[in-house]
Amino acid sequence: MAVTVRIPAPLRPLVGDAAAVECEPGTVRQLIEEVDGRHAGFRDRVMADGALRRFVNVFVGGEDVRFGDGVETAVADGQEVTILPAVAGGAGER
Amino acid sequence: MERTAATALRCKECGRHEPLTAAYVCEFCFGPLEVTYDQDLLAATVTRERIAQGPPSLWRYRDLLPVAPDGPALALPAGLTPLVPAPRLADRLGLRDVWVKNDTANPTHSFKDRVVSVALAKARALGYRVAACASTGNLANAVAAHSAAAGLESYVFVPADLEEQKIVATGIYGTTLVAVDGNYDDVNRLCTQLAADRPWAFVNVNVRPYYSEGSKTLAYEVAEQLDWRLPDRCVVPIASGSLFTRIRRGFGELLDLGLAEGRPPTMCGAQAAGCSPVAEAWAEGRDFVTPVRPSTIAKSLAIGNPADGVFALDVARTTAGAIEAIGEDEIVEGIALLAETTGIFTETAGGVTTAALARLAARGEIDRDERVVLYITGDGLKTVDAVASRVERRTIAPTVEAFEAAVGEARLVA
Repeated sequence: MAVTVRIPAPLRPLVGDAAAVECEPGTVRQLIEEVDGRHAGFRDRVMADGALRRFVNVFVGGEDVRFGDGVETAVADGQEVTILPAVAGGAGER
Repeated sequence: MERTAATALRCKECGRHEPLTAAYVCEFCFGPLEVTYDQDLLAATVTRERIAQGPPSLWRYRDLLPVAPDGPALALPAGLTPLVPAPRLADRLGLRDVWVKNDTANPTHSFKDRVVSVALAKARALGYRVAACASTGNLANAVAAHSAAAGLESYVFVPADLEEQKIVATGIYGTTLVAVDGNYDDVNRLCTQLAADRPWAFVNVNVRPYYSEGSKTLAYEVAEQLDWRLPDRCVVPIASGSLFTRIRRGFGELLDLGLAEGRPPTMCGAQAAGCSPVAEAWAEGRDFVTPVRPSTIAKSLAIGNPADGVFALDVARTTAGAIEAIGEDEIVEGIALLAETTGIFTETAGGVTTAALARLAARGEIDRDERVVLYITGDGLKTVDAVASRVERRTIAPTVEAFEAAVGEARLVA
């Protein structure tokens, strides 16, 4: 068994156009590092300054990691991790 | 299709530009995209007179929107809803100049007709034949109806526990209605995943930058209806935060173009306490929003992970406004207060907004002479269960005696 990480469309070119990649169990941070090790540049697209980027949402087993321990949330063998953009419309201060 | 002044999509987070397609997040940082316009072209074209000569719908502001449609896209005109003075409500609150923007007077009885009009017009221009959305109900009504009018196929995704009225008033238009076992944030997540692999226009996902622009018309109309003098203060419901921020942006554009007079209004937002991630961030002075699990009768505001929450905080801060969290009983009181003083029956979201206005007035935050606009964005017939227990009824036999016994002494007028 392993952990399946679902990759959002904008990041698929970085991982050989795959919709998902398999990783070893660990924390969300460790999974992201593992993918980055195989596909350089991945980490910087989803994290900045050691935390998830503002508009990146990560779900472990369907649960938003912000309800858990953020990037330190543990991912068990067989669980699925989904990375998704937050859908935001933006605002213009004019 | 006429040419418009829209030039590109710009990432609010990192500033990168994308073409005007169905891109909804920045390819680089996932930041939100917004439509940019050729300001020189706008300044050279748009005048009050040109707007006044336009159709009696939101398309009179087409110059300021990302799409200028023709044909079937105009089949179900939305907008140009009444702005009514509310002297009896003002009096109850110790104020003098309160107005209600009654956006229940739209084709499917909520402001969502505006955003869907713009989103679907752009979707058609981009060649889409299928419309879809994630919705707490009002958007579902609007997507199903406008798709029917324009001859588009549609798929509508809602939380399974939605009010029956909103489910029926969506399904009747012949859409494919999918009730998802989960809350709105679950539905939204599902739609974000579906949108990645399907050639469908999800109005609040992959055509969201255009969809959001439709909300600006709620600022344009209020300005035009007040003879181009901006109000001092607006009270607006907050769910995703998109409406709140776009109303502010709409006023800003009118000032920049010299179309309106005055200052940017003080923007006050309203959330239900049972789902108030933005109000909580406001109360704690944070510049980030922590998601919550919603539990409130104000289902149209029940977004626990609001996409534009951080921008709503910015707007409240920069306009010296506030963001209130309203309890469940107060919501019902708000619905009743508006109904009894203005004759306008609002859904629960409007109860939240009205209660927020009442609270700001009671706290003395509003100057008596301020001109205040209360945005009522959905019809009370959508959420009758929320107030059903409040309505008294007396069932009697059809006799005068029974009437007098039930209602008390008959008042005889000579």
